[in-house]
Amino acid sequence: MAPEQWVERPRYVQHAEDVAEGAGASNVPSPDEVARGLRATSEGEDLIQILSPEGVLTPHPDFPVEVTGEMLQGLYRDMVLIRRFDREGNSLQRQGQLSIWVPLLGQEAAQIGAGRAMRPQDFAFPSYREHGIAWCRGVDPTALLGIFRGTDHSGWDPKEYRFHDYTIVIGNQALNAAGYAMGQAFDGKVGDGADAEATICFFGDGATAQGDIHEGMVFATAFDSPIVFYCQNNQWAISEPVGKMARLPLFRRAAGYGMPGFRVDGNDVLACLAVTKWALDECRTGNGPVMIEAFTYRMDAHTTSDDPSRYRLAAETEHWKLLDPIERVRVHLVREGLADKAFFDSVDVEADELAARFRDFAVNMQVPPVDRIFSNVYTGPHAEVDRQRADYLEYLAGFEEEGAH
Amino acid sequence: MSAESVTLAKALNLGLRASMEADPKVLMMGEDVGKLGGVFRITDGLQKDFGEHRVLDTPLAESGIIGTAVGLALRGYRPVCEIQFDGFVFPGFDQIISQVAKVTYRSMGAWSMPLTVRIPYGGGIGAVEHHAESPEAFFCHIAGLRVVACSNPADAYWMIQEAIDCPDPVIFFEPKRRYWEKGELDTGVRPDSTFSTVVRRPGDDVTLIGYGATMPVVLAAADAAAAEGRSPEVIDLRTLSPLDLGPVLDSVRHTGRAVVVAEAPRHASLSGEISARITEEAFYSLSAPVARVTGFDTPYPPSKLEEQYLPDLDKVLHAVDRVMDF
Ligand SMILES: Cc1ncc(C[n+]2csc(CCOP(=O)(O)OP(=O)(O)O)c2C)c(N)n1
Ligand SMILES: [Mg+2]
Repeated sequence: MAPEQWVERPRYVQHAEDVAEGAGASNVPSPDEVARGLRATSEGEDLIQILSPEGVLTPHPDFPVEVTGEMLQGLYRDMVLIRRFDREGNSLQRQGQLSIWVPLLGQEAAQIGAGRAMRPQDFAFPSYREHGIAWCRGVDPTALLGIFRGTDHSGWDPKEYRFHDYTIVIGNQALNAAGYAMGQAFDGKVGDGADAEATICFFGDGATAQGDIHEGMVFATAFDSPIVFYCQNNQWAISEPVGKMARLPLFRRAAGYGMPGFRVDGNDVLACLAVTKWALDECRTGNGPVMIEAFTYRMDAHTTSDDPSRYRLAAETEHWKLLDPIERVRVHLVREGLADKAFFDSVDVEADELAARFRDFAVNMQVPPVDRIFSNVYTGPHAEVDRQRADYLEYLAGFEEEGAH
Repeated sequence: MSAESVTLAKALNLGLRASMEADPKVLMMGEDVGKLGGVFRITDGLQKDFGEHRVLDTPLAESGIIGTAVGLALRGYRPVCEIQFDGFVFPGFDQIISQVAKVTYRSMGAWSMPLTVRIPYGGGIGAVEHHAESPEAFFCHIAGLRVVACSNPADAYWMIQEAIDCPDPVIFFEPKRRYWEKGELDTGVRPDSTFSTVVRRPGDDVTLIGYGATMPVVLAAADAAAAEGRSPEVIDLRTLSPLDLGPVLDSVRHTGRAVVVAEAPRHASLSGEISARITEEAFYSLSAPVARVTGFDTPYPPSKLEEQYLPDLDKVLHAVDRVMDF
């Protein structure tokens, strides 16, 4: 992609045409902004792609990946299933069963590719949209529900799955992940051994503006840490386009820190898989860190609380529909005769079953006991917290007594 | 203009608009404040009417927002920074504590820092972690900052304008749970300083003290207590730092009893400071120890448990009983 496509004109300079319009900023994207967004979706020269939107597979010389029918079927199944429970999350919220849902729609390939590139011993630090990574780590989708129903702040044992808790404060996890990777290196887990480890840190395009991301990259390079910085550039940070965060493609920042950086087609599950696998191996063997920008699109609202019609045009979303991550795999499987109708039907049935189980679990979730408020604030007893717990339970018991009279 | 009924959110929007109209140096900055009008729509329509150079959609970085606002203020602007949610002020905390609060002192008055930081705060909206906190004590602890909290539309309208006019930095707490509650707003007559503590309801036997998000709870509790034959006096602090203790002490000297109500945790808190000041300065008027109804000394819990965590009518009435029966 030519850099000049990314350079916006200085926004605060008054241009003749603005003045003529009364210098007011328009509330909808200008045609110019839309065109710029659409250009940004085209295959730039830097975009690493293996499976085209039309389903044509072209091996990449630098990122070899062995592709079998079975493997593609697996990736297809993963993506269909996570999309299915993601849609169910949205409708559960609409029906008042969840207080919020954070959709991953459109980012299935970016997540399944990266997630399936990981080895069991690797460790992932998600932000809050990484339901597909959770899936690959073996976290049951129902374990995600507590956060969104408001029954808890997390829902799985991060050590068991080697998948950290969701991090909501934008950018925080980059430093935590860098430190975890430092520990992997200090523990001698970097090298050629079968047990060699790497860390992968997920964050968004908006997050790249945060100091924590910068510092995470500085620390990671300062300590040659085995960490992959995996940025899902879904083009939007709520209402702000990626152009607000960066003048140049995000992956180019890597060079400034002294690490390799790549832009992959984030809607191409094979490219995401191949590049992430390569990057994790580089880290594992001591050549980390690495940055990957998965170039994708947030097909839905930021969350169920958001209304994207206020800031982006439907034309943009329509364009990205043509680049759908699942459809291209389906087309390839069919065209190459790698899967038959029975396979697709069985995945659909499985997806419906998963959605039903997900829904059933959600609607039956219980409010945790009041005691939860006071639990795990510290690892052990704490005079003040324990006293407040006792006082509050006694206070509540007073109502029960009243009720009994 | 005669009084009309508006939501607290709308009142803030109108107040910001009035400030922007009055002074071309007033800027809005923050995440999603422009085209979207903010996630709570407090800046709705302002970018459309005042332009992108007055209402800045900033990169997603709170240290960046506050730190560049400091520079803009040094350059003669009056930035109004929106922090999207209470829990996200902390990446900008360093700039607030190290620069915003201290520039005037360090420069021996050569600089002033007319900067406003708006923080939607408090719980009760069923949100995920970091979206329901009450971090006012951190800021009250820091000399150089003025800290205020509005509790109704009329105050919101006038207080935000006073904050923007103020030559000192103001941390402006907005009770997000109350954004959609309506109240009378008369934009015609500008009141005297709104950074002052007011009596919301006169009474004789117990002083109930609240601010920001807890005011509707306190007022409802006062109604309930009155129905039970008590005579509560209700105080809305409005200014949290500095405190305007006069009305508080006058009231306590009259009633002899006080209950402080706040969502924030109890330990090392504003409620603790008020309790201490009452004890220090009105000790001989007290018929009972000051009682506090606050959040617990725990992280803010998952939202399905937040009603247990937050002060409510029963908890306030319980505290009233305690001080009355002492
Ligand atoms: C420190 C901080 N500031 C603000 C927010 C509010 N917020 C939540 S998500 C978001 C946008 C994030 O955009 P991006 O990094 O691109 O990730 P995406 O949501 O697109 O996956 C913002 C501003 C936050 N969670 N944390
Ligand atoms: Mg994004």
